[in-house]
Amino acid sequence: MHNISRRGFMGKAFGAVAGIGAVGSLVAMKKSWDPLPSVKAAGFTTLDMSIYKEGELITEKWRGKPIFVLKKTAEMIAKQTDKQKARDIVLGDAHFMVCIGLCTHLGCIPAYNPAEQGFLCACHGGMFDWSGEVTKVPPPRGFDIPPFKIDGNKMILGEVGPEYQKMKDSGVTL
Amino acid sequence: MAHFTKATSVKDWLNQRMAIEKVEKVMASEYWIPKNINFLWAMGMVLAITFALLLVSGIFLLMYYQPHVNTAFDSVNFTIMREVDYGWLWRHVHGVAASVVFLVIYIHMFTGIYYGSYKKGREMIWISGMLLFVTFSAEAFSGYMLPWGQMSYWAGMVITNIFSLGDLHLDGLVEWIRGDYVPGQAFLNRFFMLHALLLPLAIMGLIGLHFAALRIPHVNNQDGEEIDFDVEAKKYLSGDKAGSKVIRFANDFMSKDLMVVGIFLIFFFYLVFFHYGFALDPVNFDPADPLKTPAHIYPEWYFLWSYEILRPFSVNIGLVAFGFAQVIFMLLPWLDRSPNAVPASRRGAFSVWFWVLLADMITLTAMGKLPPEGIFSTIGLVAALLFIALWVVLPFITKNEKKA
Repeated sequence: MHNISRRGFMGKAFGAVAGIGAVGSLVAMKKSWDPLPSVKAAGFTTLDMSIYKEGELITEKWRGKPIFVLKKTAEMIAKQTDKQKARDIVLGDAHFMVCIGLCTHLGCIPAYNPAEQGFLCACHGGMFDWSGEVTKVPPPRGFDIPPFKIDGNKMILGEVGPEYQKMKDSGVTL
Repeated sequence: MAHFTKATSVKDWLNQRMAIEKVEKVMASEYWIPKNINFLWAMGMVLAITFALLLVSGIFLLMYYQPHVNTAFDSVNFTIMREVDYGWLWRHVHGVAASVVFLVIYIHMFTGIYYGSYKKGREMIWISGMLLFVTFSAEAFSGYMLPWGQMSYWAGMVITNIFSLGDLHLDGLVEWIRGDYVPGQAFLNRFFMLHALLLPLAIMGLIGLHFAALRIPHVNNQDGEEIDFDVEAKKYLSGDKAGSKVIRFANDFMSKDLMVVGIFLIFFFYLVFFHYGFALDPVNFDPADPLKTPAHIYPEWYFLWSYEILRPFSVNIGLVAFGFAQVIFMLLPWLDRSPNAVPASRRGAFSVWFWVLLADMITLTAMGKLPPEGIFSTIGLVAALLFIALWVVLPFITKNEKKA
């Protein structure tokens, strides 16, 4: 201690105080930019899955994002490949495609063409099929599937259920 | 304590307290500008004036604009445009200036590249200038969010999504930037803050840095000649004004500068009064709708070249190319390995490089506006690859350059 000058000590002491203050303010600034609790609390949506008609695309809303819900027709269910089956969501004997309706490229909303049973994104020309699989780049992967939990006839978006966990673990969705 | 005497005039009173005469000399009448320049040397003043126009019109817009998702659109398109007397003037000045300022920035930048004004002690001018370009870009983008129309919303969505950085999937970072899962109230409010306070503060600080960086090396001249400013200033002050290679910044150079500014302002207000449409995208006159994407999303013209470098590639490669385009100009003083600070026309291969780069960036801009289909998509890809290739070859062609 004796070979540290007073000024050196004062410099270091001030540095320590300022450093702690700087780190503290950065933490506060970062936290102030976080989504508010009210925003997070509004992050759950319950869908009644018994009301959808086969082969008709309905757009729901979850966390401000469009959610595509398509009850698959018998013909679609019959011709599903393994890859398409992995994205299938089953409630009782009804099969659904439920996914976030944003292109996985940069987030535009692709439009559904019922005649071709596929989606086209007007922004950069990406295409998806009726199961949500990507069929033409630039999108790097199929539509993302929102976290969901199945509860009888209902689907709760935002909560993680076993069916969703399985899809996430197997890499079907992010 | 300093000694003060009874003042003989207001000027003397101030002089004793603040040395205003000395300040005036240092900043203006004995700050020296070479004679051998042309109208392109006035672009800095044109930019300063355009920034002042943005600031003044922005202050008036600020008095009626409401940063709320339910009222923002109407506060701009109804209140400011129809109710406020001359509200349209402030909006059109602000919109047109935001577009024109980038045109002048690009002219200013390419003037610097052409005359080699980023070398021999002028590196900090170049770097502070490029930092200004980056902050002006952020300022333009954040301002574009505020009317909360369809283009505002979807540009906000697409640009903030870039921060997920492709396969790194930093969705948490994107949500942090937005303060929500999608652009919403928190997003609009914080971009309003950035646009009206933090970024303008940063811009003003950087303008100060840009001017300070200019102080010691002085401005370049048409021949890249190294001028001994002390010797030339002495010559001027001793009465040999014709023989000296320099003139005073004020009032001599300023009078020429303001002549160019005057011509610019006539052109500028012609746009404001008769041709403002180019600066206001028709799609943005539809209120933001999170459940409907416009058919084509494209940025304003000044971002098109870098957007076109992002677009033709798959996500990850596109992001790397885009990042490259954002930072590479900053490194120009070190990528140009030749010591010659003369106009490009006297630098052989560099002259070709300069004109090819300019043509390539104009091509990228044109292709960025067109839908990414067929031949346009191919031209865009080639132009993007050429842009990268040009910067890769620059050190090699300049290394072998002969002494000019």
